[in-house]
Formats: sequence, C-alpha cells, structure tokens
Amino acid sequence: MDLSLSDEQKQLQDAAERFVRDKYAFENRRKIAATEKGWLTENWAQMAELGWLGMAFSEEDGGYGGGPIETMIVMEQFGKGLVLEPFLPTVVLGGGMIAKAGSKAQKEALLPPMIEGKKQFAFAWLERQSRYNLADVSLKATKEGNGWSLSGHKGVVYNAPSADHIIVLARTSGSAREEKGLTLFVVDAKAKGITRRDYPTQDALRASELTFDKVSVGADAVLGKVDDAFGVVEDAVDHAIVALCAEATGCMDAINAATLEYIKTRKQFGVPIGKFQVLQHRMVDCFTNAQEARSMTLMASLKIDDKDSVVRRKAASGAKVQIGKSGKFCGQSAVQMHGGMGVTDELSVSHYFKRLTMIDLMFGNQQHHLTRYSNLAMAA
Amino acid sequence: MDLALKPEHKAFADDVRAFARANLSPATKAKTFSGKHYDKDDHIQWQKALGRQGWLAYTWPKKYGGPGWDVTQRFLFENVLAEEGAPRIIPFGPKMVGPVIYTFGSDEQKERFLPGIRSSEVSWCQGYSEPGAGSDLASLRTKAVREGDHYIVNGQKTWTSFAHWGDWIFCLVRTSPEAKAQEGISFLLIDMKTPGVTVRPIVMLDGAHHVNDVFLDNVKVPVANRIGKEGEGWTCAKFLLANERLGIAEVPSSKRGVRSLRDIARAEPANGATLADDPAFTAQIADLDLQVQALEMSELRALSTMALGGAPGPEVSSLKIRGSEIQQRITELTMEAVGEYAAPYQPGMLFQDTNETPVGPDHAPPAAPRYFNFRKTSIYGGSNEIQKNIVSKMVLGL
Repeated sequence: MDLSLSDEQKQLQDAAERFVRDKYAFENRRKIAATEKGWLTENWAQMAELGWLGMAFSEEDGGYGGGPIETMIVMEQFGKGLVLEPFLPTVVLGGGMIAKAGSKAQKEALLPPMIEGKKQFAFAWLERQSRYNLADVSLKATKEGNGWSLSGHKGVVYNAPSADHIIVLARTSGSAREEKGLTLFVVDAKAKGITRRDYPTQDALRASELTFDKVSVGADAVLGKVDDAFGVVEDAVDHAIVALCAEATGCMDAINAATLEYIKTRKQFGVPIGKFQVLQHRMVDCFTNAQEARSMTLMASLKIDDKDSVVRRKAASGAKVQIGKSGKFCGQSAVQMHGGMGVTDELSVSHYFKRLTMIDLMFGNQQHHLTRYSNLAMAA
Repeated sequence: MDLALKPEHKAFADDVRAFARANLSPATKAKTFSGKHYDKDDHIQWQKALGRQGWLAYTWPKKYGGPGWDVTQRFLFENVLAEEGAPRIIPFGPKMVGPVIYTFGSDEQKERFLPGIRSSEVSWCQGYSEPGAGSDLASLRTKAVREGDHYIVNGQKTWTSFAHWGDWIFCLVRTSPEAKAQEGISFLLIDMKTPGVTVRPIVMLDGAHHVNDVFLDNVKVPVANRIGKEGEGWTCAKFLLANERLGIAEVPSSKRGVRSLRDIARAEPANGATLADDPAFTAQIADLDLQVQALEMSELRALSTMALGGAPGPEVSSLKIRGSEIQQRITELTMEAVGEYAAPYQPGMLFQDTNETPVGPDHAPPAAPRYFNFRKTSIYGGSNEIQKNIVSKMVLGL
C-alpha cells in the first residue's frame, strides 16, 4: 500500500495550484462569472496546453495515460478556486462516455479535438420527473430511415450553452424507469429542432433547458449499443461523482482556511473570537469533517476503476454521502462563524457554501446515496 | 388548563380572517406563497390597513392605543395572519421601539412618536450593530457628544434592515467614553432625513437587498430625542432585545412552512410516484412538524407567564435558538425536495414582478435562495452562540 503521490502527480498538483492562484483570485472569479458565457477561452486553452484535458485518457485515445487520481488532483484545486471552466461536463462526463462506449470513428472525431481544447460537451440526462433516477427517461428516440428522430425535454443541462455536442440519454424501448431500452446519442448542439433556454445556476455555472422537436440524427450518432446505455451512464456518473467529491474537498479546505483566519482575527469581547471554546470545538469539527471527506474521496478515486461494479458503485455513493454531510457541516459552520459577513455576497465564504450545497444536490444528494449504498451493501 | 378555544376566541379568529381576506392584496398574498420578496408597498399598504383597524400595534396595552389583547388573542392573530399569507409585520416600530417609548419615554415623546408607529405612517429601523460590535454589542463606538440642546453623532451602524425604507432610526450611541462599556450608552431616535445620515446597501448571498450600512457623519440630534436618561440606554436595549427574541421564533410562519413543504412533497415527482410516497423524506417532515409543536407550546407557556405580569425572561433565548434552527431546516428540506431543479438561479422571480416563467416547478426558484438567506436567522438578533451563553448564565447559573 502506498498513498503518496508520484513525482508526476506532485507536479500536476503544483501546476493546478499555480493555475488557481494566478487565475482565480476571488475578485477575478467574480469577473469571470459575470461574463456572457461564464468561463474564459484563454483558461480553457491553458488547461489544454497543460495536458489536463487529456490526462485521464489512454494514449491510444490521444491522452496521457492517467486516471481518476489525476482527475482528483486537478478537481481538488478547482474546488479551492471555485473554477468555472466546464471540465466536469466536457472531460469527465462527455470524454469519459466517448472513451468508454465510442466507436473508433467517434473517438477519433471527438476525443483529440476535446483534448486540444477545441470541442466541448454537455450531458443531457435529467428530465423534470427524473429526480436522481438515471433510468427515469422519457425523451424518445424513434427509428427514422437509417437514423433516429429525438423528441422530448431535458433539464438542467450543465454547459449546454457552450457545448459543441450534446450527449443525450434517450429511451429507444422499454417502459418508464426501465434500465433496459436506453440509448446515448451524440448530437450537434446546433442541430435543427433543439431549442435552448439558458440560465445561470446558484453557483454561477451555466445550464439550459433543452427541448428536442423531431431532431434527426444519423445511425452514427448512437454512442455504444442501442438499448444498452444504462451501464455506461451509471459508470460515467459515478466517475463524475468522485470528481465532484474531489472538488468539494478543495472547497472545504478553502472555506475552513478562511474561517480559521477569520476567527483568529475577528475580535469581540476584547479577544479574537477563536479564543472561545465553542468556536474552537466547532472549528475542530470542521477540520475533522474535511479530513473524512478527503479520505473517502481518495478511497473512491482508488476504487472507481475496480473490475467489480458493486465495488465501484459503493465507492461512489459512499464518498457522496460523506461529501454531502461534511460539505453541509463545513459550509453552514463557516457562514455561522463569520456572522453577518458570512451571509453577504462580498466574501468568498458564501460562494463556497453555495457550491458545496449544489454539489450535494448533483447526481443524488446525501440521502439518495445513503439509500443506494445501503441497498448495495445489504445485497452483498 | 385547557387547549380548546372558547367560543369568543373562535369568533375573534373569524374576524381576523375576514379582515385579512378583505384587506390583504392578492398580489402580496401570492408573493408569500411563492416565496418571492415583498417590496416596500406590500408591507406598508398591509400595515396601514392593520393600523386603521387598530391592530398594527397588537401587543400594546389599551392605554397606549393598542387593542389590549390577551395571550390567546395575540396567538390567534399571528397564526391566522400567517395562514392567510400576510407579510410579517416589520417589527422595528410596533414591536421594538414602540414598547421602549411607552415604557421609558416621556409623555411628550409618547404623544409625538406612538401614533405614527400605530398607523405605519412612519417606518423605523434599528441602529444597534456596528462593524466592531456584533455579538459584543456593548463595545459599540458610535459617539454622541452633547452640544447645548443637541447631540452630535458620529459613527457607523451595520446590518440595518430596511434602512433604505426607514424614516427614523433608533440608535444605541456612546454618550460617555469614560464609563464602563454598558453604562455610557444612550438610546437616541434619529430622523433619517437629518444631514449626515447615509445609507449603503449590503447585498446578501442570494442577491437580496434588505440590510444596509448606515453612516452617521456629524448628525445633529435634539436631546429631546433621547429615550430615558443619558447613560441608561442599555436598559432600553436589553428590554427591546428580549422582546425581539420572542417574536424571532417565527412559529406561525414555520407552521405555514411545514404545510407548504408537505404540498411540495406531494407535487414533486419521484420514481413514478411523488416524494410524499417516500417514507424517508416524509419522516423528516414529521420530525420538523413535531419540533414546531414543541416550540409553539414552549412559546405559549412563556406568553402565559407574561400574561400574569411577568416580563419575558432569559429563557426566551431558547425559543430564538430553536425557532431559527427550525426555520433553517424547513428551507433546507424544501430545497432538497426540489432536487436538481433548485440549481437554476432566477433573480427575476425573486425580486421583481416579471412575466418570466420558472425553469422548473413554480416552487423551485426561491428554494435554494431561501436556504442560503435563512442562514442569517441563527446569526441575527444575537447569534445562537450568544443566546446559549445567556441561557447558561442567566437560567442555569453556570
């Protein structure tokens, strides 16, 4: 057993730290969030240049042969800076599914340009009724000549406004909520029949509601096997969950550091408020929560490519439960210990708190993953 | 002892309900149930209607123009209005400075200030906290120097709710720099139109603007606007804070919150049914429901002590602690009920009357912003840490 980073991984961590320090000082981040598309082309180009967009892909696919640990390292630093570039939807979800399920032609057409920073993706899975059930899909794809016609609605599709391709989860057969009968399609974001309603999210990302009205795609748009996408989607989402957990540990480190600094300097009753035992103990609990979050994230990152799908799923859900719990505790405590300042837009604390809150709601909250973990553990 | 209502109280509740239905604007009521923010007119029109009825200062004794209601009537009044979707009464006039004026003020001051408070003609705000004096309120540094018949006031107040709507502000100021912290403080009423008063908005984490910084730069305040003796402002401050902590439990709106949470659970799809069919979720609502009942009964017990002539004691701090935690938990569960559709941020649906439609269900746009915003409830009115210090010292003698 060895839990230490390799020299290359340390260099990656240093580079990501430097990127966040240089590009994501809090007031800079505020400016980036206020731009039209909500992220910067130059930052994305830099990520490509540094090799981050390709690090988790095999050399065969045009990548650099890394894996979940490299993703974890970078996402953690992104969490510290509340980075806004669409790494998760494009690289982890989009790139991940293409690498896993794509044909040779699809990989060649999509992965190298993504790795070079020239193509972005969005993953459209959620519908109004889906909640956290990945199989609750009613957007229909029906055979049309050699190809398919897609009709229906998708919601809260992160990065849809900037994406070149939307990866759409559609029902090709079976009944509502059946895992069998789901198919993934890679659709040109500008395809005729797609209408978009764009909006910012609580945590300053961009997302859209998408309506598909008889959107025609060729047979080559199918990603993986017809009717058999569920396993691919579940695995991609589990990888995304682990990446989100790493981002959340970065958020927690940053928010805890800001709070610690605040209680050391804010004076009331003639002393820094950090002299009060009630705040000391709460700060210790924040520290412990962040440690647990880091541990579960590392464990999940080490297990998420395991051969056994039960191991993978339990790892992702287990980590998500911990992140939900720890993120809530650290976020709420940071706001409370900052007093009135904590609930203003002015300080970074509230922005980390909002991101941690939204991370809990993404791909299933703490309660959802506790149930999923429990069912998997009981079945074993 | 009896929990059941007497016939005359039932009739009273019916009167209050009929009044609310006749006088509360449908637009205002709709904002309550959709979680949208009120604008100034929503509050003032409603409060003026209550004022005309003689009900705005509903906690006041008859002697000062209040209705002189008993504890049961106040309880019914608050509950019925919350059920009907009325905005909460902005407390700074009728619940805070009003009682301070009729308890500690001169006859002249009572005559001058109480009518405007009762009618809502005059809006008040509270100048307590300062950048360096939050939990440690007694360390406040805003200075008032006597010059003949006036004080010259210099300093900064912060977290001042509705200062941008306020006509008057009641302030704690330091009139004697030499005296011990709590002894050199006086209670001053300041006209916001006085030269030297500047208001600067503070934007909250959900984008809302309710609170402000208030800067006081050589503001000339007549000595006649001081309530009580010079240096005895802390007595007024404590009296007012105890009243504030009682109302801050917000039981009626939490009861409404639990009801609305159940409605949302019934409307939210989940696995082919609704969230109301998920026992893990509904059990969390039930847990909240019971917490609200315990809080309500505790508040009723405190009120019935007051009805027998007792002042609200330090034990009301417990009500503030639990009340704030419950409000926060309601907003948290509401957001969790909405799930991923809590993510779209639609400020147009929170702050303005727009024709914008919600991205998700109608109840989604305010869900996350309210959760974020309500973190303030365990901070304002004396943070929960401070409330616990009060209970441990004053009630438990630790």
